[in-house]
Amino acid sequence: MSTRSWNDLRIEVIIGALLRTGVIVAAVVVLIGAVVYLAHHGHDVAAYNTFHGTPEALRSVTGIIEGALHMSGRAIIQLGLLLLIATPVARVAFSAVAFALERDCLYVGITLFVLAVLLYSLLGSH
Amino acid sequence: MNILEFSALIALGSLLAGFLGALTGLGGGVVVVPMLALLFHVDIRYAIGASLVSVIATSSGAAAAYVREGYSNIRIGMFLETATTVGATAGAVIAMHVSGSAIAIVFGFVLLCAAFMSSRNRIEHGEHLPPTELATKLRLNGTYPTAEGMQSYNVRGVLAGYGLMFGAGVLSGLLGIGSGALKVLAMDQAMKIPFKVSTTTSNFMIGVTAAASAGLYLHRGYISPGIAMPVMLGVLAGSLIGARVLVKARVKVLRYLFAAVIVVLGFEMIFNGATGRL
Repeated sequence: MSTRSWNDLRIEVIIGALLRTGVIVAAVVVLIGAVVYLAHHGHDVAAYNTFHGTPEALRSVTGIIEGALHMSGRAIIQLGLLLLIATPVARVAFSAVAFALERDCLYVGITLFVLAVLLYSLLGSH
Repeated sequence: MNILEFSALIALGSLLAGFLGALTGLGGGVVVVPMLALLFHVDIRYAIGASLVSVIATSSGAAAAYVREGYSNIRIGMFLETATTVGATAGAVIAMHVSGSAIAIVFGFVLLCAAFMSSRNRIEHGEHLPPTELATKLRLNGTYPTAEGMQSYNVRGVLAGYGLMFGAGVLSGLLGIGSGALKVLAMDQAMKIPFKVSTTTSNFMIGVTAAASAGLYLHRGYISPGIAMPVMLGVLAGSLIGARVLVKARVKVLRYLFAAVIVVLGFEMIFNGATGRL
């Protein structure tokens, strides 16, 4: 029992570090994107009162990465947001591994179900 | 207004929202959407997308601090996330098929409920209850640190809590909020989980719940970089500052003040939604 709770605690420490790193990296990428975006478009007129949806290129993982490689400010911001959304997904994936190491089959199953829902939302074709 | 001014003002407002949200424990998401929609006249769909992203940032940032303290219960969190993530996906799908006005009205009522619940005194359930069969099978019962050492607790009302969690997920996906208050209610009141464990586990779950609908929002073009950027950075910075001064501030007065603001925003959202202005 004592080794198990020790393992649980260690897993929690790793999860904590994973979450913090994910948020920091995402915030830095968004900040870099913000600088590029504002440098190019800072003096344009803001128009968000009607909904058009963001351009197609800023909606898919491949489109965002491609745009970020071309140093588009908005694509870099979007890449940061994508990293942020991916942080809890990585946490769930890590939890699945951790439960597997504990040989807790029930929770491996539960965690993989949550992971499947998240991946469907993030990567599925909608 | 040009984009530079627009971004700076939204970042400032989001900073304040994140600060007050962390200080009062009500979260920043509930005021970010009305702020964007009512004050900045941002389309409610962009507002929800931006809020959802900021919710992931604050939840993950705070959870990183909580998990080390040993309060949150990873099994309870993961088990209930099967309900919240499916609910959040459903909520996001609903959001894509109803009008902005309808979302604004629902949002208004949720704000009023949140204000009401925060002003109500929490009912303590301190007694130690025997474990239920389902909770034992799911290995949900756990221990948490108290001043008198590790204290064990048993989880009750698993099905009722599970149902409430599904509802919390739907609201999160529909409105772009963390619905932390409803998650805590489900764990603390329905499942009789100790308050400290409930709040930290809820925080732990919020990010995963929000991520489930954020992907759908991104693909549908609801997450606009120009709005999500100042909101995410502002709320994140505000909540980090808020968490630091949490201990020193007189939270009670602030809580009432914040609840009053939320009531006003709630009525505004319902009015503007009903008259078709949002």
